[in-house]
Amino acid sequence: MQRVYLDHNATTPLHPAVADAMVRVLRDEFGNPSSVHHFGQRAKAAVDEARSAVAALLGADPGDVVFTSGGTESDNLAIRGAAEALERTGKRHLVASAIEHEAVLNTLKALARRGWTTTLLLVDETGIVSPDALRAALTDETALVSVMHANNEIGTVQPIAELARLAHDCGALFHTDAVQSAGKIPIDVKALGVDLLSISAHKFYGPKGAGALWIRRGLRLLPALTGGKQERNRRAGTENVAGIVGMGAAAAVARSKMAEEAARLAALRDRLEDGVLGAVPGTAINGARTPRVPNTTNISFDRVEAESLLIALDLEGIAVSTGSACSSGTLEPSHVLKAMGFPPHRTQNSIRFSLGAANTDVDIDQVIAVLPGTVEKLRTLTRTPARV
Amino acid sequence: MRIVVAMSGGVDSSVAAALLAEEGHEVVGLSMQLYDQRGDQTFGSCCTLDDLHDARRVASALGIPHYILNFERRFQETVISNFVREYAAGRTPLPCAHCNSDLKFTTLLDRARALGAEQVATGHYARVDRSWNGRWLLRRSADPDKDQSYFLFALTQEQLACATFPVGGLSKPEVRAQARRLGLQVAEKPDSQEICFLPRGGYAAFVAKEAPQVAQRGAIVDRQGRVLGSHDGIHRFTVGQRKGLGIAAPAPLYVLRIDAPTGTVTVGPRSALEQTTLTASGVNWISVEPPGSWLAAAAQIRHRHRAAPGRVRALEGNRAEFVFAQPQPAVTPGQAVVFYDGDLVGGGGWIE
Repeated sequence: MQRVYLDHNATTPLHPAVADAMVRVLRDEFGNPSSVHHFGQRAKAAVDEARSAVAALLGADPGDVVFTSGGTESDNLAIRGAAEALERTGKRHLVASAIEHEAVLNTLKALARRGWTTTLLLVDETGIVSPDALRAALTDETALVSVMHANNEIGTVQPIAELARLAHDCGALFHTDAVQSAGKIPIDVKALGVDLLSISAHKFYGPKGAGALWIRRGLRLLPALTGGKQERNRRAGTENVAGIVGMGAAAAVARSKMAEEAARLAALRDRLEDGVLGAVPGTAINGARTPRVPNTTNISFDRVEAESLLIALDLEGIAVSTGSACSSGTLEPSHVLKAMGFPPHRTQNSIRFSLGAANTDVDIDQVIAVLPGTVEKLRTLTRTPARV
Repeated sequence: MRIVVAMSGGVDSSVAAALLAEEGHEVVGLSMQLYDQRGDQTFGSCCTLDDLHDARRVASALGIPHYILNFERRFQETVISNFVREYAAGRTPLPCAHCNSDLKFTTLLDRARALGAEQVATGHYARVDRSWNGRWLLRRSADPDKDQSYFLFALTQEQLACATFPVGGLSKPEVRAQARRLGLQVAEKPDSQEICFLPRGGYAAFVAKEAPQVAQRGAIVDRQGRVLGSHDGIHRFTVGQRKGLGIAAPAPLYVLRIDAPTGTVTVGPRSALEQTTLTASGVNWISVEPPGSWLAAAAQIRHRHRAAPGRVRALEGNRAEFVFAQPQPAVTPGQAVVFYDGDLVGGGGWIE
């Protein structure tokens, strides 16, 4: 079966150049970057080179990039680290959008159990956080605001620069989870005006288990892990050298191809949207069509359970996703679509298509050819909804 | 042919999937998540996270696609609510039979059809075949010790037409031998014993939590209405029960009747438990049209009951009456009565 992978927001395959760089390091650079001798220096040099490449992707100074194990750790380090550093000032209020990734939402929940107050910003059906909503939520007590750069489910890009300015006017720090935007659209930490920014390598053709947190110079942050003095005392533990080198290589590739690849993917994505909306009755795009990352669309299919559609498409060789998976691997209603105010049936009938490097017009044609019949079958044959 | 196998992670449904795959069918494994797995409650013995994990590993070893479906809401509506309602009404429910007819061969079958599958296979010990006149038949399994046809009596002709039981012709030791031959890691996994959704604390606490109104004190009386003691809720009793009455008496006492409106539990000697006739509602006829006149049959009234001979006839409104040749102890309202002709399931219903 010719399989089509349209779930790049979940993860991406390694770029060949990334795999080559990692294999070389795994084979030839076994040194510990903290070691003083020759072997340590070689490993350290590889890590430094990767740090420069990642910094370049973010318009940042390499010295402000801390490598982590991925997006989740970066989000945790940013929010917990900043919150705990500010604890003594008496600022005990945290704000985030309600469409954040679980890495942010559940970190806020954990802090709420320890006495922090939290406010979640709802969004309207555009899926874009409004500056007015943030303005209304901010208080003198607000320690930190966390709003994602691009949403993972619907792809909408948030007005980070404006939101960060509002937070700063109230004396609050600003973190953005840029896991879904890094490598897809330009990021410039100075233009965004944020204090903390999280990214993850495997979302842009790097390896799993590698991520980074950019931290504005001079910002006080309590480390989440205690141990050695790696990463300028911000992230203890011997560096994942191969993962870091892979992330650096992926950042370099992403940066060099970004404009061209974004235009290509946006055209494919738009073709997919027009094709699906034209060929399948009862469909609608969830969220604003602009500003969006170029590779993502989220489409609602009236009278269809997303769970069944996902399985039916997988049996046809088309890999897509919906909502977020829970511990057993079943699907939960999308918290993002819920926060956008959609009724229950709409939070359970939506599918995310996220395109990537290997996708071509042939893939889009296959999806448009398969979808109408698959959806029609589900609509006529499913009589007993499991959850709605 | 594309066939969906309902995979519980146990040895029976794993072997069922493996045998179908070996026959060359395009097998798709589906597992049902039936209750919230995120809590810290310890559940019984089926469809826990570990079981779902086992199902996934078996499917992966067989090289078949496998998906977990979220049926929490539907399970609550069709199985758990009935389970609680029956106990609250002073009856003793049989959730596995409801799960088979109202979930596996309704909701899951719908999903299977929508995915292009014509058949749903399970690991049940029962057999389906077809009579000369085109009627779908349900038979006891080849292994009388493991037979589960009792739990499948409510399957309609339409449902039986889509049902496949690949291990129905095997004994349990043969199924385990097949599992070993196929190298399935669940080959030695113990059988599930309990009702899957009950926490280890037992069913009484579960029912009391779901339907607090049942946990009310009531009287335990003898057949003459004399009060012998009291109890903490009728859901703690089932007809034929001897233990847990908390009454000292010269001869053993058994629960004879449970009256939900007054909360009264009537007890008496074993001899008073015996009954010669019963009626059933919600009757589903499988091998025969509803018999207007008496038909010789054997009736099984519990999972572990040996079918007892007698005669059956259909009554108005999907009901039936059965008369035993010999009186039977503990005819329990809420349990199923299934009418057999040899190993053939004639039909069955719910004891009134």
